[in-house]
Amino acid sequence: MLSDILRWGGKRSGQPDERHDTSVSRGAEPLVPSKAFPKFLSAIANRPEPPVLIDFGPVIGTNVAFFGEQLGCKLFIEDLFADFDRHARAGTLDALPATIDSRFRHADGSVDGVLCWDFFDFLSKPAAQSLARQIVRMLRPGGAVMGFFCTSSSVDRAPFTKYEIVDPNSLRHKAHPGSGGKKYAFLNRDIIKMFDGLIVSDSFLLKNNIREILLRRRS
Amino acid sequence: MWKRDDAAKPNAPGGPGPAPAQHGSVPPAAEAAPGKPAPAGDPQRGQEKTAVNIGKSVVIKGELNGSEDLTIEGQVEGKIELRQNVLTIGPNGKIKAQVFAKAVIILGEVTGNVTASEKVDIRDNGSVDGDIASPRVAIAEGAHFRGSIDMQKGAGSQKTEGKPATASAPAASAQGQQQGQPSSPATAGANR
Repeated sequence: MLSDILRWGGKRSGQPDERHDTSVSRGAEPLVPSKAFPKFLSAIANRPEPPVLIDFGPVIGTNVAFFGEQLGCKLFIEDLFADFDRHARAGTLDALPATIDSRFRHADGSVDGVLCWDFFDFLSKPAAQSLARQIVRMLRPGGAVMGFFCTSSSVDRAPFTKYEIVDPNSLRHKAHPGSGGKKYAFLNRDIIKMFDGLIVSDSFLLKNNIREILLRRRS
Repeated sequence: MWKRDDAAKPNAPGGPGPAPAQHGSVPPAAEAAPGKPAPAGDPQRGQEKTAVNIGKSVVIKGELNGSEDLTIEGQVEGKIELRQNVLTIGPNGKIKAQVFAKAVIILGEVTGNVTASEKVDIRDNGSVDGDIASPRVAIAEGAHFRGSIDMQKGAGSQKTEGKPATASAPAASAQGQQQGQPSSPATAGANR
């Protein structure tokens, strides 16, 4: 456990890759380098069978083509942002943890990778714990989870973001039509506790103050 | 001039919207022209002879089989099987069915699993709730999808050939019923 924490700290001060150090904007859709995404890809790559992935974001054609055509993954689109939006509009966000608990049809230990994007930022602690519990349940030994976590203090209202894969090292941050919601900033120790059963294998603090965290289940 | 327009109008109220896969003169609901000789010197009409359109006032419950390209603007519940052909779900189309086809273009709503041996294309405002199996999948910005996508080589063709429909597909034609206008010859399994 201690080694995991030390390793985590070490990565945060890792040397940046100059090629991807600065965000490249295209209008309002910045192209942002990702440190965790290539590691996520390598984590799911060495599988005897086609990897099974869950994507918590809205469906994006290029991402589907990337995972399906290029990597041969079986992809499950579970658009939790749409669920959140629906609950927010109906004023039933308190019911979100229960919804999450009953939402996933995947068997225990049947998933190789989970793309959470920044969905946890929009969840209250009980909802985040429900979702983390489901992820831990579904994840296969050796499987990986990638999530983005904000570092600033909680914000009352923030828009959703869609993450479009441009290449294995960079993502385009696109505007999401959803209403957005309150953002919560989780401490590192909260994240470790939430994902009890997984280890934080890599953590990167980007220049835009987003933490990219990769969690793994031991093989 | 206006008399000619009247003559071209559909008999049933609420004719269908435009059929994307076809050009112009396809009659509104459930019209087909298989085997009909194309008028000389009109290549577009020649192409239409294997295209079928199910208008938006048509409701089909049962099994839909065929060997022609098909555009659906109406509602279908059950199973659709066009193994060698292109299925287009128009903007008004609402499908609650297992779908098997060579290629599927979706502009309307589909609830059910979609299996294509070549390609599934969900266009802007198209919606799919179900699992997709196809070697190629294109999803436009603004499309809705919930389910799984399996793009393994042969995923679409394997299931098309071997796996029978399960779950929601009603037991084929005998129990089927159709309301509205008559369907085309391509809808051989559909009951009237």
